[in-house]
Amino acid sequence: MCGIVGLFLKKDDLRPRLGDLLTDMLITMTDRGPDSAGIAIYGDDADGLKMTIQSATPDEHFAGLEETLTELLCAPVRMRVIDTHAVLTLPEGSEAEVRAFMTEKGIRVMGVGNSMEIFKEVGLPRDVAARFGIRQMAGSHGIGHTRMATESAVTTLGAHPFSTDGDQCLVHNGSLSNHNRMRRELARKGFAPQTQNDTEVAACYISSRLAEGANLGEALDGTLQDLDGFFTFVVGTKNGFGVVRDPIACKPAVMAETEDYVAFGSEYRAFANLPGIETARVWEPEPATVYFWER
Amino acid sequence: MQTIDMASTELRELNSTLQAQAGNGDEAEWVIENSRGSHALAVGLDAPIKVTVKGSTGYYCAGMNKQANVHVTGSVGPGVAENMMSGSVIVEGDASQYAGATGHGGLLVIKGNASSRCGISMKGIDIVVHGNVGHMSAFMAQSGNLVILGDAGDALGDSLYEARLFVRGNVKSLGADCIEKEMRPEHLELLADLLERAGADASPQEFRRYGSARKLYNFNVDHADEY
Repeated sequence: MCGIVGLFLKKDDLRPRLGDLLTDMLITMTDRGPDSAGIAIYGDDADGLKMTIQSATPDEHFAGLEETLTELLCAPVRMRVIDTHAVLTLPEGSEAEVRAFMTEKGIRVMGVGNSMEIFKEVGLPRDVAARFGIRQMAGSHGIGHTRMATESAVTTLGAHPFSTDGDQCLVHNGSLSNHNRMRRELARKGFAPQTQNDTEVAACYISSRLAEGANLGEALDGTLQDLDGFFTFVVGTKNGFGVVRDPIACKPAVMAETEDYVAFGSEYRAFANLPGIETARVWEPEPATVYFWER
Repeated sequence: MQTIDMASTELRELNSTLQAQAGNGDEAEWVIENSRGSHALAVGLDAPIKVTVKGSTGYYCAGMNKQANVHVTGSVGPGVAENMMSGSVIVEGDASQYAGATGHGGLLVIKGNASSRCGISMKGIDIVVHGNVGHMSAFMAQSGNLVILGDAGDALGDSLYEARLFVRGNVKSLGADCIEKEMRPEHLELLADLLERAGADASPQEFRRYGSARKLYNFNVDHADEY
């Protein structure tokens, strides 16, 4: 089943409340996906590169990591530990070196970017949101997912959102049927998925299209030609927010728009706490139709 | 008039209270507040009561309805008025997938748009959609009437049995075995009555009628060798 939510603010007034609003939306979708939850949130731009990392043994892995990386890169590195995750602020251009370091240490890289941070874990959405303090987070937009696994194991890495390039993330409700063939094609283009999860293939596909010069709308449109299966995707980029459903459109989706925001939910229930929802334009996104907003 | 506030009432309590009106013949009015997109509101009713749901609902609102007149002031999620037997369900906003699926009787009115699979497998229900319907609407529809004031999506009436389809706008494509048929006086009369009951301001003359070509659901003996 799975539940997906997204919120894209058009004005700055609600920025301090983004995490709070997204947390309510996410918790409401617990019935659709109680086994894992995750959120990607676009906050303030970092002075450098943000890298979100995750470890099953954070006490061991994160102890002294800030100093070790500062020494390794000969430049100041900052680290903010949040439960099993940590957000590093790194000097620009150091991504490849830090990724190699993390791989060697067995620390997982969840995502990189200038503004995006990504948090996901196994467990009830309420518990996951509380562990990471999502409610207190501010930002311009974010997407979230509550997972009921079908295609791969219930693990942290199998949870959504998936981030496969800088400041890009994707959540998915559905299942893809041509992901193995796509996996091989994407690996040849340099976007090899890191897990066996079908959704990561879709994230890699969109990243590869954006890297080739497509805009967000074109990349989403490409999923309708190149990906086979059931999907409703919600995608975040540094400045954008997009939605696309497969032509059969079995997976539920509803959207709401006011002067202040665009919201996506698997069900209308997810919107119940949004300010001004009573007078919002609420509609069901059409099948095989791309919707996207950029600021 | 009695009011039930969903902010302080369990869903089962709501439905069992409304279901308990069965048999007393009382045409009482009920108002449900703070629906906040909840699922399965006002289902399984069997009394001539009037129920107003304020706001928008989730899945399966007013399912299995008998006799009751349910009015939703917002939009509804998937499966509104599924398997309705009699009575009416009126939705001021839009409806998600499979509105009125498998309905045997009664009247479903969607004042906004209905999405895909509206009236799938309908068995006698009358459905009037003031806006558009999505793809695969009236799939395998057996009897009853589907009236669409706006446009219909792909594959309207695919594998249709004996339901009548009336469309005022454009049909993106017809499904297998669905064809346009002549609008005869009895159809205009039927349509005029449905439009009036649905509060729709439209003239029956503006509609086209679609129905089954009846090639698919009868076994054709010439095809016996193909099996």
